[in-house]
Amino acid sequence: MSQAYAKKSVLWDWLTTVDHKKIGILYLAAGGFFFALGGLEAMLMRIQLMFPELGFVSEQTFNELLTMHGTTMIFLAAMPLLFGFMNYIVPLQIGARDVAFPFLNSLGFWLFFFGGVLLNLSWFLGGAPDAGWTAYTPLSSAYSGTGIDYYVLGLQISGIGTLIAGINFLVTIINMRAPGMSMMRMPLFTWSSFVASALILFAFPALTVGLLLLMFERLFGATYFAVEMGGNVVIWQHLFWIFGHPEVYILILPAFGIFSEVLATFSKKRLFGYSAMVFATLIIGFLGFMVWAHHMFTVGIGPVANAIFAVATMAIAVPTGIKIFNWLFTMWGGRIQFTTANLFAIGFIPSFVMGGVTGIMLATSAANYQFHDTYFVVAHFHYVIIGGVVLGLFSGAFYWWPRMFGYKLNETLGKWFFWLFLFGFHLTFFVQHFVGLMGMPRRVASYLPGQGLDSLNLISTVGAFFMAFAFILFAVNVVVSVKNKSEADPWDGRTLEWGIPSPTPEYNFAQTPLVRELDPLWYEKMHGNGKLKAAEPLDDIHMPNGSILPIIMSFGLFVAAFGLIYLVHPVTIIGLLITLVCMFVRSIKEDHGYHIHKEDIQNEEGAG
Amino acid sequence: MDPHVSDPSAPLKGGPSKKTEKKLAKEARHQVVSFVFMIFLTSVAFLTVASDTIPNRFAIPFILLIAVVQVLMQLYYFMHLNDRGNGWNNIMLWTGIFVAIMTVPTLMLLIGVIKF
Repeated sequence: MSQAYAKKSVLWDWLTTVDHKKIGILYLAAGGFFFALGGLEAMLMRIQLMFPELGFVSEQTFNELLTMHGTTMIFLAAMPLLFGFMNYIVPLQIGARDVAFPFLNSLGFWLFFFGGVLLNLSWFLGGAPDAGWTAYTPLSSAYSGTGIDYYVLGLQISGIGTLIAGINFLVTIINMRAPGMSMMRMPLFTWSSFVASALILFAFPALTVGLLLLMFERLFGATYFAVEMGGNVVIWQHLFWIFGHPEVYILILPAFGIFSEVLATFSKKRLFGYSAMVFATLIIGFLGFMVWAHHMFTVGIGPVANAIFAVATMAIAVPTGIKIFNWLFTMWGGRIQFTTANLFAIGFIPSFVMGGVTGIMLATSAANYQFHDTYFVVAHFHYVIIGGVVLGLFSGAFYWWPRMFGYKLNETLGKWFFWLFLFGFHLTFFVQHFVGLMGMPRRVASYLPGQGLDSLNLISTVGAFFMAFAFILFAVNVVVSVKNKSEADPWDGRTLEWGIPSPTPEYNFAQTPLVRELDPLWYEKMHGNGKLKAAEPLDDIHMPNGSILPIIMSFGLFVAAFGLIYLVHPVTIIGLLITLVCMFVRSIKEDHGYHIHKEDIQNEEGAG
Repeated sequence: MDPHVSDPSAPLKGGPSKKTEKKLAKEARHQVVSFVFMIFLTSVAFLTVASDTIPNRFAIPFILLIAVVQVLMQLYYFMHLNDRGNGWNNIMLWTGIFVAIMTVPTLMLLIGVIKF
């Protein structure tokens, strides 16, 4: 039976938490840390490229920096930060008290965390991975040091965590919606999180298989990629990009969702073309699986295959264009407020369109032979990832900060941050288009003077310093704004997450809300008394118990990974045993959670 | 109140209603019929190869075809995918199959020796 609620120490509480809000904050904290780390790696690279033939870092270190920058930013920064928002916001937006599987949610976080730590420990244990974030074979299978073993196992462990999180969100969104919250009344952020989770479910297995093959090749002498033994190096590229292309949509779709929320809120209008937006999101997710070979135009898959993948790639511009126009029409005639969150959303539109245009250029397979592996590609994907995902993350941070932490970030500092970051971003990456067109290959540690590359590279580095400085402003903002207490609904919001007290109660909704329209809170403000209608009488709320098991389970895999990297089998077995024992304990130990009593809820709601 | 409501681990009391009993009997009949049919399909697959009545060229696609039929029957009769409330399971399953159908043969063509 359920037990009474017992007060725990703060640290123990965070380590054992299964509350989706706290796990969301853990994701944001860990993702923020890795984001800073990836940024630092980028700065070191930009300093090395500031002047021709500079010896700031060695070639080997440069290779490690570029590999870890890409890997960290994609797997350990962008995805966890989006997961942070998804964790915190999606259950609130659908009127749920938690995700479907709170224990698995915690397990997903700790797996990601230990995977990330493992990957970064490689810096101190024989050198980081150095084969690029794509780790193409045979470079990664036959010509690289232990760093790649850390890459393989670190990504494998954090990949399990991601897969768990993705499945959890799918089940949550399908099963846990409040009464009246039909699929076509879900906010766009929830919709895009749903599609991104489906992409995770179908795309990550390809990465898992690829990493498994690479692991067997490196550790146990398999020959999947060894040409002299009848293997084929291109298999890795296919597997990686079958995963890798949906991966970029896993990143961008939730960011699209954030912009849809922010633009509608700060234009004081319902999102223009809601059903078209949902449809476009689904189409983007769907087409994302059919374009992977556009990363491989120069591999030699033949002109017909190249043409098919080129046309499929260009087709994605159509649903994306639908979205861009819908955002513009959302703002059209609206009462636009230029808050920091909205500035990021508005700044996103032209920045992302530029990245989209170069995307179409790259999709032209004949021209791609010229662009391939030059800085033009670097400029393109930084335009879509920074101009799309990172601006989305910052927009979401400023928008949801009052909901998550109970205080508003300073708007003046925020606007300085926005303008410096946007300026620095364009300064860094716009010139890289031309650097690339002049023929500078990507992933090289230096270049010769007098080839017209000197001044453009210097400009690019100066821009990078602007971005770094802007990010420091954001960190300062987080600290200095703490006293800036916020009310529960500071932006005059439209969706369910703004209809509950601040700080968010542990149980989210004292009574499950009744949803009567799209933008339910706005509907109640216009047609009701401004408060959410309840769908159930006030009653005791059943809550899950916290558990330390996820952290130990993940630690077990972490230990096992070391055993595999150094081929010390007893360590591998001990690590796997730790994990299996935890799974066994979890399976046989009955845990029915506890109840928060009606009276306590009444007290809390009355006071707040 | 039934103790099962407040504590899901408490045992349920009483037997099933007449309607449920009828439904269960019907389901059991379906199970048996589909089970027999699947045994039949498996034996057909075996006989196809064991006897030389069917040419080799045709045997493999034929076996694959009855395998597909059998998988579908397993999913819908044994794993109850056709019951009510399985809409999402069906959507996710078929999306997965669709993605696999798109990627796996494409991949086989692309890494094969045949170039277009």
